[in-house]
Amino acid sequence: MDSHVSHPDQATASAPSVISAAGLGLTFPTNDGPVRALADVDLTINKGEFVSFIGPSGCGKTTFLRVIADLEQPTAGTISINGMSPREARERRAYGYVFQAAALYPWRTIEKNVALPLEIMGIAEAEKRERIARTLALVNLTGFEKKFPWQLSGGMQQRASIARALSFDADLLLMDEPFGALDEIVRDHLNEQLLQLWARTEKTICFVTHSIPEAVYLSTRIVVMSPRPGRVTDVIESTLPRERPLDIRETPEFLAIAARVRDGLRAGHSYDD
Amino acid sequence: MSETRGNRIVPVLVMLIAIVAIWYAGTYFMNAPFQRDLDRRAEVERSSGDLFLATMTQAKPTLPAPHQVAANFFENTFLRKITSNRSLIYHAGVTLSSTLLGFVIGTVLGILIAVGIVHFTSLDRSLMPWIIASQTIPILALAPMIIVVLAAVNLTGLLPKALISTYLSFFPVAVGMVKGLRSPEIINLDLMHTYHASKAQTFWKLRLPASVPFLFASMKVAIAASLVGAIVGELPTGAVAGIGAKLLAGSYYSQTIDMFAALVAGSLVAVLLVTAVDVVGRIVERRMGARPA
Repeated sequence: MDSHVSHPDQATASAPSVISAAGLGLTFPTNDGPVRALADVDLTINKGEFVSFIGPSGCGKTTFLRVIADLEQPTAGTISINGMSPREARERRAYGYVFQAAALYPWRTIEKNVALPLEIMGIAEAEKRERIARTLALVNLTGFEKKFPWQLSGGMQQRASIARALSFDADLLLMDEPFGALDEIVRDHLNEQLLQLWARTEKTICFVTHSIPEAVYLSTRIVVMSPRPGRVTDVIESTLPRERPLDIRETPEFLAIAARVRDGLRAGHSYDD
Repeated sequence: MSETRGNRIVPVLVMLIAIVAIWYAGTYFMNAPFQRDLDRRAEVERSSGDLFLATMTQAKPTLPAPHQVAANFFENTFLRKITSNRSLIYHAGVTLSSTLLGFVIGTVLGILIAVGIVHFTSLDRSLMPWIIASQTIPILALAPMIIVVLAAVNLTGLLPKALISTYLSFFPVAVGMVKGLRSPEIINLDLMHTYHASKAQTFWKLRLPASVPFLFASMKVAIAASLVGAIVGELPTGAVAGIGAKLLAGSYYSQTIDMFAALVAGSLVAVLLVTAVDVVGRIVERRMGARPA
């Protein structure tokens, strides 16, 4: 499985950058005065990386993802996606976005939900069918095409929403706490599946989470953020191999990285106290 | 299954029996003074039991007894040719046609207004106050004016009456659909944004399907309002047919039994219409994957 995927070190060194942010800042005006959701974020994400953003609520991790997705406009600094502005990238359908909730349309069956972006992008019928079948197979939902969302469990719904984000073959997958509302066992299972999917599709994934084990288990790089103002306090390169069975989480190497993430989070928090 | 059905029917039956009993009591008390007056003039002596029976059988009672209304309703519904102008089915049909026409126009108009309001802030600000103001004018005052003004431009017959129904029915649909078209959550709208979907695509694939439950809820109110509009439209306009005309004729000639029978016909039509909308709504929502209740 690993043979056709380049080594992570090589990937970071030689792959072209997909996202590059410099001095990025975003200030929301509110009734209580301006809130600095993001401040001075410098970050480059290369093709094929799996980058997790971790931090307490209010640290700007979701906001950063939304800026990439052109759902929020930065008020300072620059950001480019594949060398384009977020808006241009969005217009070229450069990314698939997975929200915290599955956000499936209740009046559409699972296959129709996966078809939604394809319909909007005007994909021909035959190719549409082929892509629906392929992406549903990727997330192990073959056989559930005709079911409505309420007939599926929460974990299956979230897998369907991942299939929907994958269906139009964007290179970049933006995931905003996609498994945050699911229980531990389902989450473990989906984490494993997500890693396999990443290995198979070679996509670049930006993954927001507030779970340290999840971040360490999944990522090639972990971006630790802290709030008020939302900023990057540490960027940790994972030394774990690409092939990661679930029990890798008990290895000293894994625990060492987790400890460093925890230290980073704690350092960020000391600002408040 | 049978037990749940029984549980549902028993309270309704108890209520019905209570209403009929109160009605009979009311009939006696409302009609007794006139009956005593009649008897005094005719110099007839009656026992109180006899007086009670007499109050139940007057030709033009102040308040007709339930069985009188039932008999009149039965006779005028089932024993007359439906082309006869004494047939309640004929009159109900006349009212129904303007109700339905008005309801269709009103629903389309309401949806169009809601689409405009949701998509253009200027319309939201300019239109909404007028829509609300329109519903504060008593329809009874407005109906004759609509009929007269339209007659002046040679519009008579079905359409003017239907427009009164429209006037009443567009409002709940407009208000309900504004809410329905705005009902998609931010997360769903964000999703469409990430796909770079056009406004039209967002409308057809998200806003409209999301608004369907709201549409049927407001159509249930609208169709009942349409019926009221059609009946009110027949009242002051010298209409010769329709439930409203029947009510008016009954009041001219003190045919209280006829009036009550016409009211019963009107309520039955209302129940049928609301039920029909409800059934269609359920079928549509089931097709759209709603979880069976």
